[in-house]
Amino acid sequence: MYKILYYVNQFFGQIGGEDKAGIEPEFHQKSIGPAMGFGVQVKGQAEVIGTLICGDNYFNENREAALEYIMNVIKEQKPDMVVAGPAFNAGRYGMACAGVTVAVQEQLGLPVLTGMYEENPGVDACKTKVYVVKTGNSAAAMKDALPVMGKLALKLLKGEEIGKPAEEGYLPQGRRLTVIADERGSKRAVDMLVARLYDKPFETELPMPVFDRVTPAAAIKDLSKATIALVTTGGIVPHGNPDRIQSASAQKWGKYDVSKIDELKGDYYTIHGGYDPVYANEKPDRVAPLDLLKEYEKEGVIGKVFEYFYTTTGTGTAVGNSIKFGTEIGKELKEAGVDGVILTST
Amino acid sequence: MKLEQNRIYIKDIQFGDVTAVNNGILTVNKEEMINFLKEDPKVKDVKLDIARPGEKTRIIPVKDVIEPRVKISGGKGFSGVTQTTTQLGDGIVNILYGAAIVTVGDIVGFQEGVVDMWGEGAKYTPFSKTFNLVVDIEPAEGLEPHMHETTVRMAGLKAAEFVGEAGRDAKIDETLTYDIGNIDEETKKYPNLPKVLYVEMLISQGLLHDGYIYGVNSQLILPTLLHPNEEIDGAVISGNCVAACDKITTYQHQNNSAILDLYAEHGKTINFIGVIITPELTTLQGKFRSCDYTAKLCKTLGANGVIVSEEGYGNPDSDLLMICKRLETAGIKTVLITDECSGWDGASQPLADTTPEAVAVVSGGNVSHVVTMGPADKVIGNDKAIATLSGGWEGCLEADGSLKCELNAVIGATSEIGFHYCTAREY
Repeated sequence: MYKILYYVNQFFGQIGGEDKAGIEPEFHQKSIGPAMGFGVQVKGQAEVIGTLICGDNYFNENREAALEYIMNVIKEQKPDMVVAGPAFNAGRYGMACAGVTVAVQEQLGLPVLTGMYEENPGVDACKTKVYVVKTGNSAAAMKDALPVMGKLALKLLKGEEIGKPAEEGYLPQGRRLTVIADERGSKRAVDMLVARLYDKPFETELPMPVFDRVTPAAAIKDLSKATIALVTTGGIVPHGNPDRIQSASAQKWGKYDVSKIDELKGDYYTIHGGYDPVYANEKPDRVAPLDLLKEYEKEGVIGKVFEYFYTTTGTGTAVGNSIKFGTEIGKELKEAGVDGVILTST
Repeated sequence: MKLEQNRIYIKDIQFGDVTAVNNGILTVNKEEMINFLKEDPKVKDVKLDIARPGEKTRIIPVKDVIEPRVKISGGKGFSGVTQTTTQLGDGIVNILYGAAIVTVGDIVGFQEGVVDMWGEGAKYTPFSKTFNLVVDIEPAEGLEPHMHETTVRMAGLKAAEFVGEAGRDAKIDETLTYDIGNIDEETKKYPNLPKVLYVEMLISQGLLHDGYIYGVNSQLILPTLLHPNEEIDGAVISGNCVAACDKITTYQHQNNSAILDLYAEHGKTINFIGVIITPELTTLQGKFRSCDYTAKLCKTLGANGVIVSEEGYGNPDSDLLMICKRLETAGIKTVLITDECSGWDGASQPLADTTPEAVAVVSGGNVSHVVTMGPADKVIGNDKAIATLSGGWEGCLEADGSLKCELNAVIGATSEIGFHYCTAREY
């Protein structure tokens, strides 16, 4: 029999409404409110061993203290899983369910589950990390939500394969996972084209991504006083690739001291898997033009070339990693007082 | 054009005294084949090995895969490459169906890959199901990289022709006929069927990034029109290009699944009027030229629908979507085949470009999907190569010989001509 600990707010914990939203977390060794209905859904295979109740305002205003209490209770009670909500469209409750489930999963590694209406702000706070069952927007939807949550909870407890969002009833997590289809890709393409040509319904396998737009920084007023850094996604690294940066789908970046050299030629080469490397290996400055920047420095066109050169591989590198690398490199450059960056690809 | 493909079913490969097929068993005379390939002074040594479906065998680093065939009438072999130039697409060809030549050897670049014949890895590569004659090519010392690549590419094609010769007089198990007349004739036959073209994009960017049509490097061409039979008769070959997961190997050109699946609908739901080969160039002007020219060919030929397949990822995503935009704007219904780079967790944006016109897209899966493939009993080639291949990293070959890598490194895993079965779904 699996043990489940349940989390609800002051309202569903039957303590009170808005006037009780400031109550501190408390623990009861019994099923209260939705925990009871949930228990019915998992009967015979799992049982709810207790209910945590916390005021929504208290949780959102005293997050650390609330989580400390909650995590301690969970550590003492040793459940196999934590279930929170459903929060429907209650924003602060949704944020609390998100906070509790993400913390439990990340810190204790336990399976977790919650439920929310898709416009609840709590959804964005946790849906990429935990399963959020899709619910209606008010407590009237409780009777529809609990069976779905119960079924999914049992699957998570047993470590069974979780199906597609629409099949299991959870909100899409924004993760695109690779699976083996029944037909080969070309057959699926021909079928899709024939459907289009005969005005029959079809479904794309890849909805177009939405892109971020970056506003360019203001122009540098006086280049002759500016420190310029050189950054590349062209995979130019010192010979031997000391930091083992990947040739595609980079998981890291490197930085190398170029203050004492006038060009990359000689000491550097490319490990990038996305272009003909022969000409870059002859002269890596063709990809990352340290030679010209150093000439500009000597001529006084620019004030100074920043002492470190930053590099990674762009080919096949996930945008998630690119954002992380850019943020990390940008922070270093900003703190070092760099005024501008020459950023080259391949 | 009318092409008859005679299939000789191959049920095993063994080494023997003669290179011949008997009762579905392909025997290969090792010494004769090695001597033949060593006639090229740029080839220092050749080793041959066999990998069968289900065996716990890993092949790495794989450069190309080629189907052994022999042309009986209507042109010769790899026209313009290993043979003098002749027109392909008509006549009779005998095929050792179920067999493949797989080339391995010293690494030329990062775009080479792995083929596992069993277990988890076998699910992700179509070449776990073929009986593979593995040709391990050691080039002469001091070859510069472009010549090294040319040498192994030519050795693989010659190996396929040498073995294919065994099919000349072998017993034929099945004959497939590919017959499509000129556009006028077909349109008279099927006046009410929508006209469909297939646009096949080829990476065209230099070392390990080129394709060849009748021996002409795709970098040098304007988009060009082929009869579907020409490609499945050997007119297009791989320059061993791009990451292993979505390079179009020569075998995949010879058996281009997009062409074959369009063929299957010809005369039923569509009128399949041709194949356009489009180079993916690296310069902006090159991209505009290729994409404008491709759309113009589709419009000029009166296409109602088009399938566009990509090769590689990153900057070619732009070419793919630029072509789509042009075609949809001209009222031509378009389906794209691509793959995705959404990171280990599948949470990143999957393409390097976007356009609202791309409403019908088939995905070959996420190139960064990480798979763990168990230890092999036998490694043909060198499994340490994985550390530097696209999709591998230092330490991804574990102490027990198991391999943890991205699909990037698996030959044909995310095929963008739709040759394999992977796709990506949102969870």
